[in-house]
This record gives sequence, C-alpha cells and structure tokens, in this order.
Amino acid sequence: MLDLNTKKIKKNAYRVTKVRGETASRVRVPGGLLTAELLPLIQNIAETYGNGKIHLTTRQGFEIPGIKYTDIDAVNALLQPIIEKLNINQEIPGKGYTSAGTRNISACIGSNVCPFATYNTTNFAKKMEQEIFPNDLHFKVSFTGCANDCIKTRMHDFGIIGMTEPQYEKERCMGCQACVKACKKKSVDALSVENYRIVRNTEKCVGCGECVINCPTRAWTRSPETYYRLVIMGRTGKRNPRLAEDFLVWATEDAIIKIIKNTYGFVTNYIDREAPGGKEHIGYIIDRTGFSEFKKWALDGVELDSRTIVKGPIYWGGIHYD
Amino acid sequence: MGYQTTTAKMNAIFADLSKEYVIYAPKRYVGDGTFVHIDTIRYGEITDLSEIEFAEKSNYSFKEVLLPISETLFYFTENEMKEADAPKKGAIVFLRSCDLHGLKRMDAIYLENGAVDTYYKRLRDNTKFILMGCENSFENCFCVSMGTQQSDDYDAYLKVAGETVLVDSHWDVLDAALAGATQTPVIPDSVTANDTVVTIPETVPQTLFDSPFWEDYGNRCIACGRCNFVCPTCTCFTMQDIFYTDNGKAGERRRVWASCHVDGYTDMAGGHAFRNDKGQRMRFKVMHKVNDYKRRFGTHMCIGCGRCDDVCPEYISFANCINKLDALVNDTAKEEN
Ligand code: HEM
Ligand code: HEM
Ligand code: SF4
Ligand code: SF4
Ligand code: SF4
Ligand code: SF4
Ligand code: SF4
Repeated sequence: MLDLNTKKIKKNAYRVTKVRGETASRVRVPGGLLTAELLPLIQNIAETYGNGKIHLTTRQGFEIPGIKYTDIDAVNALLQPIIEKLNINQEIPGKGYTSAGTRNISACIGSNVCPFATYNTTNFAKKMEQEIFPNDLHFKVSFTGCANDCIKTRMHDFGIIGMTEPQYEKERCMGCQACVKACKKKSVDALSVENYRIVRNTEKCVGCGECVINCPTRAWTRSPETYYRLVIMGRTGKRNPRLAEDFLVWATEDAIIKIIKNTYGFVTNYIDREAPGGKEHIGYIIDRTGFSEFKKWALDGVELDSRTIVKGPIYWGGIHYD
Repeated sequence: MGYQTTTAKMNAIFADLSKEYVIYAPKRYVGDGTFVHIDTIRYGEITDLSEIEFAEKSNYSFKEVLLPISETLFYFTENEMKEADAPKKGAIVFLRSCDLHGLKRMDAIYLENGAVDTYYKRLRDNTKFILMGCENSFENCFCVSMGTQQSDDYDAYLKVAGETVLVDSHWDVLDAALAGATQTPVIPDSVTANDTVVTIPETVPQTLFDSPFWEDYGNRCIACGRCNFVCPTCTCFTMQDIFYTDNGKAGERRRVWASCHVDGYTDMAGGHAFRNDKGQRMRFKVMHKVNDYKRRFGTHMCIGCGRCDDVCPEYISFANCINKLDALVNDTAKEEN
C-alpha cells in the first residue's frame, strides 16, 4: 500500500498525477539550452521507469510521465548526472531536483543563434538560476533577446527583454536610410532624417537594434553595455489573465537580479498563509498590497543606472472574470 | 632595401612618423559588428603595430581613407564658397596586395578618367602604402584569378613575426629611419592559389542584358548595398547639400558613398528611376566590375578580395555569378554555332 507525503513529492519536482500510483518527473533546463549528451540520459529514465514517453513542457523542461512513486529514489539517482551537467543548485546531491515553486527560468535562443538578439539569454537565465534557486515560492521568470519577445516574457511575473542603446557615428553615415526604413517598418519609427543625417527619438526607441543590423557601414553600432526592459506581473489563469507592464526601462543586469531577489522578501512578508496550499501568486499579492508597497521592497538597495527609467504607478489591465 | 628590426624599434619609427602622418590599418572593433558579440574589422588609426589585425581579412577596405564615407568638399554662403581644408597630416595605410591593386582602380576613376578629382588627389598625394603579406588565402578570396595576389608597387612591405619585424622599403624616409638595422632580403608573403577560382567570359553578348539569368538575383537581392560599400573598387558617390538650420543661406556640400544596388542611385530630377529591378542592378554591378570597366580601362575593376561574398546577407555570391555567367556565355555561343 502507498503511504506518501505528496507535499514532499511535489517539492522534489515530481507531480501528483491523475493516474493513481504514477508520478511524473520534471527535468528543468534553465535557459532552455542543453548539450545533446543529456538526451540519452533522459531517454533512459523514460524507458526504464516511465512509460517511454517524454513531454516537452512550455517552460523548456522535460516531463517524464508514468513513473511509479516507488521508483522515485531510483529515478533521482539517474537524474543526478543531468542535474550536475545543467549546474542546478541542489540541496542534497543524489536526491533529485529541490523545490518546484519557482519555475524553470526559460529563455529564447538569444545570441546563440538569433540575429535580433541583444544578449546571451541562456547565460543570464543560468546566472539567475544560481541567484534564486532553490525556492518554494511561485515565481515565473523568463528572458528574451529583443523586443520581439519570442519567449513571451509578458506572460511572466518577471520578463527581461534585451535592449541595446544604438550609437551613431555620423561620419560613417551616407544617408542611405536603411536604418530609417527598418525602424519604421519593423520597429517603432523612432528615426528621422535631418540634413541627410539621422536623428533618433530617444523617448520612442525600444533598443531593438534594427538600425544596427541594417546599417551597411557600421555608422550604427551597439552600446558596450546591454540594457534590459523589466516587465512585471503578467499572468495566465482563471481570474484575471493579463500582460506584464513595464517597470524598468534601460535597466542593468545587477539591478534586475537584485529586484527579483528583493521580491522574494516581499512575497514572504505578504503572502496569504491561508491561501490554498499556502500558495499565492505574486501578482495577486501586489493587487492586495498596492503597487507602491511592492516598489518600495523591490527597489530597496538597488543601484539604478542614470539611464534607467522607473515606471509607475502601474495599472494592469487584462480580462477580469472575478 | 630589406631590413630586419624589432617591434619596439619599428613602433618608435612609427611614433616619429606620426608627427607627419596618421597611420591607418585594419583594426578589430570589438562588438561593432552587425550582430551582437560580433566584431568588425575596419580601418582606424593606430599607434602600435600590435593594434593591426594581421590574422584576418578586414570586412571593409582601406578606401575610406582616400574616399571618406562622408566628406565635406566646401562651405558656401550667399555669394562665396570655401573649400574644406585638407587634413594637416598625410596618411600611412597598411593594406594587402589585392587592395593595393584596388588603389590603381581608384586612381583610374579619380585621376585618369577625364578631369582630376582634386579632393581625391590631395589625399592620395600625401599617402604612403605599406603592404601586409598573405601567408594563406582567406575564405572567398580569388585574387589569383584576378592576378592581384602580388604587388611590388608599395612604399614598404612589413611583416611582424613575434618581436621581429621584416621590412622591405621603397621609401627613402623609412630607409633613413632603418639605417642602423640589419639588412636582409625580404620578399612579401603571397598566395599562389585560392579555393575560389573565377573564370571571366571574354565578352558578354548584349543579348544577355535581358536574360532570365538575372531574375534569380532580382528575387534574392534586398538592395542593401553592402557588397558595394565593402568593395575597395566601388568608387561611386553622391552629393548632399546641407543648409545650416539656424541660417538657411549658409551650408556645406558633402560627398558620400553611393551604391548602384541601393534605391535612389538612378533617381533623376523629377523622380524617375530607370533601374528599379534588383536583378538588373546585379547585372549592372557585375558587368561594371568585370567587362565594362575593362573595355574602358584595360583591366577588370574587381580585384578579387571576396568581401562582397563575405558580407552579402542574402548569400549572393558575386564570384559564383561570374562563373555562372561564363557558363551561360559559353552555352549561348554553342547554340549560335
Ligand atoms: C526618355 C527620356 C530620357 C531618358 C530615359 C533619360 C535618361 C537619362 C539617364 C539614364 C541619365 C543619366 C543619369 C545619371 O547618370 O545620373 C540622364 C541624364 C541626363 N539627361 Fe536624360 N533622359 C531622357 C530624356 C532627357 C531629356 C529630354 C533631356 C533634356 C532636354 C535630358 C537631359 C539629361 C541631362 C542634362 C542629363 C544629365 C547628364 C549628367 O548627369 O551628366 N534627358 N538621362
Ligand atoms: C550651361 C548650361 C548647363 C550646364 C553647365 C549644366 C550642367 C549640368 C551638370 C554638371 C549636371 C550634372 C549634375 C550631377 O552630376 O548631378 C546637369 C544635370 C542636369 N541638367 Fe544641366 N546644365 C546646363 C543646362 C541645362 C539645361 C538648359 C537643362 C534643361 C533644359 C538642364 C537639365 C539638366 C537635367 C535634367 C539634369 C539631370 C538631373 C539628374 O540627373 O537628376 N541642364 N547639368
Ligand atoms: S534601436 Fe530599434 S527602435 Fe531604436 S532607433 Fe534603432 S531600430 Fe528604432
Ligand atoms: S543605415 Fe547607416 S549609413 Fe544608412 S542612413 Fe542609417 S546610419 Fe546612415
Ligand atoms: S567586387 Fe567583390 S571581390 Fe571584387 S573587388 Fe569588389 S568586393 Fe572585392
Ligand atoms: S559597382 Fe556600382 S557602386 Fe560600384 S563602382 Fe560600379 S557603379 Fe559604382
Ligand atoms: S550585399 Fe547582397 S543583398 Fe545586399 S545589395 Fe549586394 S547583392 Fe544585394
């Protein structure tokens, strides 16, 4: 007879499934990039202890279904080399993934492949993994390389969108207007021509880098620093699905890491202990406390770059079913 | 005269020369490429030999030293005009053999094609050229096909090997500076073969002007002009008259690079453009680079550096286009026989 502590099982990144007696193991891949050598290891778990199938999760993990609860220890042993290769923050070696509250940090392919990317999304995702894992609180964080937002950061608690600050060297510009056309057709129409030279509307520019990509003479280049747009409190769900709104624009890596870490403190302080399963999403907590209380906690001790624009007060829209 | 010296001594000589010359060489601009974390190698001012990118081909050629991307020619007021001052210093330019042949193409266009271009001439007359050797061919190079893999038309050849510098000087100033150095014969490194081999048709019949052959390029080319801008032998420019905004009666005239692939190149007064089809633009460029130029100046214009193939975002190969054109010309000749 099975006698299980489901809370412990869930914390160990196993799911209590609809099939009596069977669980599913979730293999988290921070940043979504893994070496191919790990695939046979995952295959082996699925074929030895699962039902031979693997589900690709929306958050860039592998869900291995059909595992007997009694095989959890054996599966954890097989997960160990995967966890080590992925450099997962683990509490006790050999005991599998620790905690499943904070979700896998997902990332678009970014500068590994994509010509539009403004930074290495995987590396930042992995860095963030080191900073905030393991943690039981329900946070969804994702990284996207540019304003196209392929990973859909706007549906996350924290979405990080890469930005570059285009640098213009007017002596290298011959006025072909490739940048102007690209910005107008593919971005936000932030460029105009004045006396055959290009003027960038800094209020409008979203830092997508289309101008840099399209300039044939390197008159436009990227800023040495990468900047980020931090969008917050997007969500799906039953009550009030909504898109994340801008919190910071032209923010730095350090500021973003600190803000997200600060938010764990905010949530720990304000979470509704009576909520079902002790779980309450950050967005709903902010709805209760008000944005300014969140902002106070989030920006505590954060050093902002002189370029960084802090938005607020933020009002989220979305659809209300409640 | 050939010499062997050290990087330290050579840097000291250049430091001395820099009183009268700005020294330009291919440099690595970290992160300045089209995409993130990609570098650009282009010409810039150097003060030390270690800044020169010897190991890779430069993405842009030396031509921007003699033909700046944007150059103010003169300033005007209501009744008067004043030519822009020439740079106070001369220039020393490091470049490879193919580019040194490219210089001859620029000379042909700006000095030997009717009226002499004074703006070009005043820069050209004060520039010294230092050859960089090629131990290996780079990707897409076809200098051997174009006969540009060697040149002795330099003011000096310079090779850095660790701390040792080998120099072959044709320039009295450098000879004087190197007077104390060990004399030794120095022969420039050059390649004898490239992976890319190009065969240029002797003549291209007028009937191929409207051949469907060009349609493929019409569908592929995005008219970005990169192939022209990176090319050491593209010499086209256009003019910009700027009226200063606070005083609409004074201003300046600039000349800036132009490209026969980019929209606007064939625009005339009234707005008519006569070469809108990108395939026809490709035809125009290709024929200008090889046969048409040759009919006028005796050599092909293209010097086979392969930069156009290196840069094209649509992977259009100029070299392959010529080879395909050659095959087409041969087929056409056979059909007619
Ligand atoms: C179907 C009619 C015409 C066509 C297709 C035509 C085409 C052209 C083309 C291709 C150019 C060379 C532009 C360049 O190299 O930048 C040109 C230049 C010129 N055309 Fe025409 N043209 C036409 C009629 C005319 C007429 C009727 C006149 C005068 C009454 C005229 C006067 C000129 C002049 C003065 C130039 C300038 C030459 C220069 O830039 O040095 N064209 N035209
Ligand atoms: C002494 C008299 C003239 C001189 C010295 C002269 C000179 C020139 C020059 C040097 C250009 C070329 C400009 C460039 O390279 O962009 C040009 C272009 C042109 N001129 Fe004249 N021109 C004269 C008279 C005329 C007249 C009488 C007409 C018309 C009836 C005319 C119509 C044009 C046109 C249509 C162009 C071409 C503009 C274009 O390519 O967009 N010109 N002329
Ligand atoms: S970065 Fe994007 S939005 Fe800004 S000017 Fe360039 S193309 Fe336009
Ligand atoms: S694309 Fe580059 S060269 Fe062309 S107008 Fe823009 S900045 Fe100038
Ligand atoms: S056409 Fe291409 S290969 Fe020829 S000189 Fe120009 S850039 Fe070099
Ligand atoms: S190929 Fe085009 S841009 Fe280059 S020199 Fe010829 S006409 Fe000018
Ligand atoms: S670089 Fe390629 S796409 Fe751009 S103009 Fe040249 S051939 Fe066309």
